[in-house]
Amino acid sequence: MSSQAHAQDLAQSVVQSVDWLAIAPPTIAAVVGLAVLVADLFVGDGKKALLGWISVAGLAASALMLLPLVDGDRATFCLTGDADVCSYTADRFTLVIQFLVLGGALLAALLSVTTLKDAGRRLPEGEFWFLLLSSAAGAALLPASRDLATLVVALEVASLPAFALVGIRYGDRKSSEAALKFFLSSVTATAVSLMGISFVYASTGTLYLTQIADRIQQVDGQLQTLTQTGVVLTLVGFAFKTAAVPFHFWVPDTYVGAPLPVAAYLSVVGKAVGFSGLILVTVVALPSYADAWGPALAVLAALTMTVGNVGALRQQSTRAYSAVRLLAWSSVGQAGYLLVPIAAAGYTRDADRAVGSTVAYALMYAAVNLGAFAVAALVARTSPHNRISDYRGLYASRPLTALVLGFFLLCLAGLPPGVIGLFAKVAVFSAAVDAGLGWLAVVMAVNVVIALFYYLQWTALLFRAPEGEPEKHRVPAPLTAAIALTAVLGVVLSGAPQLVLRFSATALF
Amino acid sequence: MIDISESVMQFLLAFVVVGPLLGAAAALLPAPPGLKGKSPEQAVLRHGVTVTGAILIAAVVLALGFDHDQPSKMQASTDISWIPALDVRIHLGIDGISLPLLVLTALLTFLCALYSYFKMPAGPTPKAFVALLLVLESGTLATFAVLDLLLFFLAFEMVLIPMYFLIARWGGEQRTQAAWRFILYTLLGSVVMLLGLLLIGLKSGTFDMVALATDNDRPLTTSVQVIAVLAIGIGLAVKTPMWPLHSWLPDAHTAAPTVGSVLLAGVLLKMGTYGFVRILLPVAPDGMRTFAPYLAAFAVVGIIYGSLACLALAKQGAKGDLKRLIAYSSVGHMGFVLLGIATMTTTGVNGALFANIAHGLITGLLFFLVGALKDRTGTTDLDTLAEETGAALYGKAPRLGGLLAFGAVASLGLPGLAGFWGEMLALFGAFRPADGLSRPAFLTFMAIAAFGTLLTAAYLLVVVRRVCMGAIPQDSPKLADVQTYEFAAWTPLVALTVVAGLWPKALLGLTDPAVQQLLAGGTR
Repeated sequence: MSSQAHAQDLAQSVVQSVDWLAIAPPTIAAVVGLAVLVADLFVGDGKKALLGWISVAGLAASALMLLPLVDGDRATFCLTGDADVCSYTADRFTLVIQFLVLGGALLAALLSVTTLKDAGRRLPEGEFWFLLLSSAAGAALLPASRDLATLVVALEVASLPAFALVGIRYGDRKSSEAALKFFLSSVTATAVSLMGISFVYASTGTLYLTQIADRIQQVDGQLQTLTQTGVVLTLVGFAFKTAAVPFHFWVPDTYVGAPLPVAAYLSVVGKAVGFSGLILVTVVALPSYADAWGPALAVLAALTMTVGNVGALRQQSTRAYSAVRLLAWSSVGQAGYLLVPIAAAGYTRDADRAVGSTVAYALMYAAVNLGAFAVAALVARTSPHNRISDYRGLYASRPLTALVLGFFLLCLAGLPPGVIGLFAKVAVFSAAVDAGLGWLAVVMAVNVVIALFYYLQWTALLFRAPEGEPEKHRVPAPLTAAIALTAVLGVVLSGAPQLVLRFSATALF
Repeated sequence: MIDISESVMQFLLAFVVVGPLLGAAAALLPAPPGLKGKSPEQAVLRHGVTVTGAILIAAVVLALGFDHDQPSKMQASTDISWIPALDVRIHLGIDGISLPLLVLTALLTFLCALYSYFKMPAGPTPKAFVALLLVLESGTLATFAVLDLLLFFLAFEMVLIPMYFLIARWGGEQRTQAAWRFILYTLLGSVVMLLGLLLIGLKSGTFDMVALATDNDRPLTTSVQVIAVLAIGIGLAVKTPMWPLHSWLPDAHTAAPTVGSVLLAGVLLKMGTYGFVRILLPVAPDGMRTFAPYLAAFAVVGIIYGSLACLALAKQGAKGDLKRLIAYSSVGHMGFVLLGIATMTTTGVNGALFANIAHGLITGLLFFLVGALKDRTGTTDLDTLAEETGAALYGKAPRLGGLLAFGAVASLGLPGLAGFWGEMLALFGAFRPADGLSRPAFLTFMAIAAFGTLLTAAYLLVVVRRVCMGAIPQDSPKLADVQTYEFAAWTPLVALTVVAGLWPKALLGLTDPAVQQLLAGGTR
């Protein structure tokens, strides 16, 4: 009798109990991805569209699985000795970022349905969906991971499929070149951050973020340099993922070379991966190094937004793919804004609140930027070169689409009627001002004006008189759904900004 | 004057702010059956007149229901939480300072809508024109009605996009450049202003203007006040516009359509000076005291600079544009307003508020008249108009000429008309500035500003002589005189200019108690 009880105890201490509900969102995405890959073998050529709809449903299901988790924090894969130290935590921060990632992937999937259909056989459907879902699963795992090993695994699961997605177009030189650029620079960054992590592990003896936070304060004097190097190298890797300067150069070429929905996916989900990793490493694992990463991130933020916005400003509207190029450069600029509150978190005691502004801004940005990409995907169907000048007179041929794109662009610029864009910027500004980062706020203010110039130029173009006769085309249903969804989101958020801004006022962790 | 229950007043104020927005959305939809009118264009222009008319009626009822015995008390106030995360509240209310501006805005927009109904500016569809006009109205009215710093900023920004499109689409020559200049200048100013507003809000713990003006729980340190006044002041000064941040204004006015010019000068500029009075004076008095001498100095330079620029433009052979001339005269007039505010005395601030309203009425009228002149002759170039001897408007179109002369003498501050009181009170304020401000400096400013009034008189009389007088050549084409719809649009402005000039107490009685309260920082 007693030996049986003992065996049970042993089994409990060795075999971890897994909270399947907590890990459901990333798991479902991964499983559906595998299922689609297998199903691809058995589905006839005529019915390949089915795969797309299965993937969309899978992403929707995994996003829905966030609902039961809302009521409280959950954690799983904990240390058997210490139940407080866990590898996977589903707290508010995790849920919000997972919602952002899965929602973003869902919208990108809706755009992809049409793109794949238009491309015919040039894009392999089964692989495409598998890669997209795997990447989304990795991106959803990342905000939940609370140890450096899981974090890096999640990061790689999110990025490796993305390289393949960028280069997925058969026989397209630009596509493969973009993929190679993206791959090489990304792998270098990963290698660097892995080295950093190993240094941190060497000096603290743990990979768990919360334990690192404790132990790194009492590192042996001899290991100080090693620890500091480790911290810097780790941050570099994550800065790359957010496309922060000077790790931004891959962005424009990659976005242009990739299929449009993949570019949309990277601009939102790729960024979410980068900054949520950065938040976890800085705010959770290394709060004691705030005086080092705070100023570094502040400088990085200032550089990133300036370089991004100036790059966007220099786009000529008649050049091929200038619309995507502009969105790419502006996404670099927006990444700069996203970094501001994280930098501010290094200066205040209330780091949670500051980081919340990043989350709120990212939610706004995800909705409107995906919306802008959706409209770009629509325009790309009739004018494949996707020049900004192709948008001239869009109002005449598609009034509603033009109004919606104008709204998205003004949201990105942060001017009414894009009220949510304005208040998300106000939240970021107030994080900076609150932390005493007046100079950064001023740099950002100047950047907002620069950004307004190119966003408004594009907006104004939409309402100019068209050059030729407007042609009427039927809009495919998935594209309509994506545009409508993002537009409704943008309008609702503009009426009730509290829906996303509340994250900037509550504890996330 | 008449007794209206508080809840009706609240509704009216909310309606005044939100109504134009709903109207703008409705303008974009196709007209419902029964309201189709003769053509879609006519229907939507009529829609604009109806909506702005309804707003004007609501604003007038608000003014009637306003308790004139307690103009310093916030009335018709609504206070609802909107974005708790940023502590933004939908806090609306009017007192003696905002009420006149609210009514002026509603009136000018209505007159503009009425004028456009008969004389649509050349450009794309009237549908968008009406929608933009209504959004513009909503933004301006909201600026004067909100009592929350961030909401004020939102309202301040809301006018940018509509005004940009009004200039860029329905404007005259070089409109694109002028529109860009307008929006980039004002946006750069307003994001800097946002930083100042955030600083005040975060340091004091509230964004509520009423609480900030009365509550002394967490007083702002002088250094915070100085930074905040600098940041907010720059934003407001660009809008006002204060010399040397004015250079967007002449271009914008020259390129804008008549209606755009009227609203820009009549209403939008007031948002800047209103911000000085409503936010900076009560919330950051210490910071304001630090900058008051500089503000006054810039204001006085603006007065002289504006007048000299006008004199240069009015000269024969200078190829001066009438619209540009009136724009520069606005820089001078707004200089008086800023001088009044910089004195930080009740007299000066009352004068500033009075001059605000007077400038809105008179300059609005002048822009209407010049617009009408352009429609008839096809040009606003003084030299082309006047040729050798003068345009002889008195002979060709006596009523139009008479009205133009009236607008000019009202603008130069003839006693008995609206332009007189505000500038005189501003000068009086400078004669005895608030404690802590250097009196000799302000006496100097007063003397220079008084000299500026002489220059103003000079260029306006030159304009009258060159445009209205002169010999009529035998073969000259006849100009159409003032039409009925033009009378309808202009008479209210003329009448109010005379009323405000003869009965200044009607306005000062409203503003004075509120200003006293504001400067004393007491409870409401």
